[in-house]
Parts: sequence; structure tokens; C-alpha cells
Amino acid sequence: MGVFHTALIAIEKAVKIPLFGCRMCGQCILHSTGLVCPMNCPKNLRNGPCGGVLVDGHCEVKPEMRCVWVRAYEGSQRLPVWKDHLTHLQPPVDWRLQGTSSWANLASGRDRRVPAGWGAADGAGSSQEPGVRA
Amino acid sequence: MTRAAAPRSRLETILRAGRFAVTAEMQPSNGADPEEVRRYAAELRGKVDAANCTDNPAAHPHLSALAAGAFVAQAGVEPVVQLACRDRNRLALQADLLGAAALGARNVLLLTGDDVSAGDHPEAKPLFDIDSIHLLRIARGLRDEGTYLSGRALSSRPSFFIGAVENPFAPPHDFRPTRLAKKIEAGAEFIQTQLCFNFPRLVEFMKRCRELGLLERVFVLVSVYVARSARAMRYLRDVVPGIDVPDEILARLEKATPGRQAEEGFRLALETVGALRETPGVSGIHLISIKGQEAILRLIEAAGLLPRPEA
Repeated sequence: MGVFHTALIAIEKAVKIPLFGCRMCGQCILHSTGLVCPMNCPKNLRNGPCGGVLVDGHCEVKPEMRCVWVRAYEGSQRLPVWKDHLTHLQPPVDWRLQGTSSWANLASGRDRRVPAGWGAADGAGSSQEPGVRA
Repeated sequence: MTRAAAPRSRLETILRAGRFAVTAEMQPSNGADPEEVRRYAAELRGKVDAANCTDNPAAHPHLSALAAGAFVAQAGVEPVVQLACRDRNRLALQADLLGAAALGARNVLLLTGDDVSAGDHPEAKPLFDIDSIHLLRIARGLRDEGTYLSGRALSSRPSFFIGAVENPFAPPHDFRPTRLAKKIEAGAEFIQTQLCFNFPRLVEFMKRCRELGLLERVFVLVSVYVARSARAMRYLRDVVPGIDVPDEILARLEKATPGRQAEEGFRLALETVGALRETPGVSGIHLISIKGQEAILRLIEAAGLLPRPEA
């Protein structure tokens, strides 16, 4: 990793950790999650809340914390754009990118590379209509 | 590419025929004796369309769901093998999906799972490599595309009826139908809900699902709990995350004398089943009871759900 990358990571951390509690997963989807970092979910959920959200909207694992996905849902409803992004299927996390700069990965397209069996980068990839089989 | 020679599951056949389905959660086994699993399965034989074999429920280890599923099938009951993302990464999950299919499982239920902090090994490393929606997509890929997540080809495909869970009763309530839509897009063909005590909330959820066109794409089985006491109900409300027990439901059990609470809990479950059968879009029920399956069996009988249809 060159000096440029090291500097980029330092800047990204300085900006995104205080603002969003960023975990530097290297494949940022903040704009799709109401500007709430999903990696703060103790279950690393990328596609919405688990079934264990407490009645008061707090996290079952860390009851002192409001559920990341309750906040993400509220946040997405407040955003003027990207509201519908919460409905997108987000691919599995590529753990190799942990600690790298999501900005660099965005620029290079590295963060959109998904396993061949996942399908297209922005969806589940559908070789057939999802859901009910004939 | 060969497809595993497997007929449609009994559960899928019954649901597609428009019959009201009955599934139950099987008592998990704490030992290595297959007789224990066979005994639980034998109790349910002919009384349910399928029995769920849970995967370390509430983050407590038990005899594995895969093994239980195989013994349940041998005992003449169709298993729904549950797999949670808590304890395995994507490699192990895919291996177990194939293993479950090879052991005769035609139904799988894929979920994220409770956190390890809910169980008796809170010091364990929680995996959560992928989430339930990823796992649904992977199961569909194995079955319909004949490939692993990596894209590598299988030598034969599993044949699954793919299930998921959803909790209409947990926040953010407005987002729950959308989350179900994502699960359907990923591969879910049926869901079993979290326990239903807040009936108006369920009706609201179903209404929204209908508006989104989800009920033509997924079968919804609603979970019903047979409470044995007010204490058990309070435990669910206060200790088990994601369960919404309205005050009036708890009050109803508390009003009964301790000797009558089991009967009141049973009556409550029976009323819920009756209401669910009248609720458009509800395709069946999933019955759960803790400590013993007798209450479930009694409920199925009292609700007039016997005999179960031929599939």
C-alpha cells in the first residue's frame, strides 16, 4: 500500500468515524442505509433489521443502543434521494476489504465485485422470477 | 447436471393446493440418543404437515438440526431443517445445505439467528459472516442455478422448498413488509412468523403485504404459542427479544388462578388459531410450546385440524 492509500485511509477514518461510527468495511453503503453505518449492527446485517429488535426500538444485543436498522429506516425516509435503496439486495460482505479505503474501492470498482453466484452487483441476479416456482 | 430426484415436499404440496398448513416446532434434543428425536417425531406423526428442527435455538447448543432432520424423516415426519447464520460461515452453511438435502430434507428455513449473548455460551465468537437474505439467495442459487456462491458448479442440485422468518411485531413496523419483499426476491417461498400475540398488528402487516403483492409470491405461516402460565408469558415478554405481548394478553392469563392458567393459555391459543384461519392471506400456522409437545397436539385436535390432508 502506497503513501497515497495510507493517507486516504487516514482521511476517510477522520471524516467517517466521528460522523457515522464507520467501521471501515471498505464497501460503503451508507447512502443506501439512511447514512447509518450497518456495520454497527452486532450481527453485521446488510439487508435490514433482525427479528430481535426490542419493542422500544433498541438492539437485542446491546439494549442501550437504538437498533441500527431502526435508525437506518428513519434516516432513509428523511433523505431527499436514495429512499428506495433500502429495498436493494446488498451482496455479502467481502471481508478482505476490511480496513481499506471505500473511496479507493469505489473509484476502482473493487467494491462492486461480487461472487459469480451472487449475480449482478446491484441485485440478486435473477435467472428466473424470484419467489414462487411453477 | 442432474437434479436430485426429489418430489415436491409435502408442505409445499399442501400449501400450493390451498390447504391450511400446520407445522410445529419439535422439541430440541439435548443428547446423542437418536431415540429421543424419533420419540418426539413419532408424537407428531400424522398430526402436522412438517416439523421444524431448530438450529441451536436461543443460542443454546443441541443435537444438530441436520441430524435431527434425518431421524425425523425416518420416523415418518417431514422435517423443516433450520439453518442460522450465527454459528457458521458461508462455506459451512453451503456444506450443510447440501448435507441437509442429501439427508432427505425438502424444506429449509434460513435465518440470521439469535446472538450468542442470548444463550449459555455468551463468550463464543458470533459468526454472522452473511445474513439471512444472503443465505436465501445462496440456497436458491444451489437449487435453481446449480452453483455455489462462488459460481462453481454442483454435480447435482438440491431440491428445496425455501423458507424464511419475519417478525411483523418488531420495529421498524413499516419496514417489515419491505424486508419480506427482499426475502422473497432473495428466494423465500414461505415464511414462519414470530409468535403472534398482537393480532391487530398482524392484520396491518398482512394488509400491507397484500398491497405490495407479496401474498401471491409467498406463503405466510403464523406462529402460535401455547402458554402454560402467566409466568411463562411474562418471561417471553421480558426476556426473549422481539416478542410483543400486549398488556391485555398478559392480564388475561394473570387473572386466572395459577391452577387455571394453563387452561387459559390453551384457550388463548385456540382463539388465535381460529382468528388466523379467518385471516385472508394466512396460509397456515406454526405451533410452538416449551417443555413438551402435548399442548400442541391437544391444540391441533381441539381446533379441528385433524385429519391432516394427504399430500
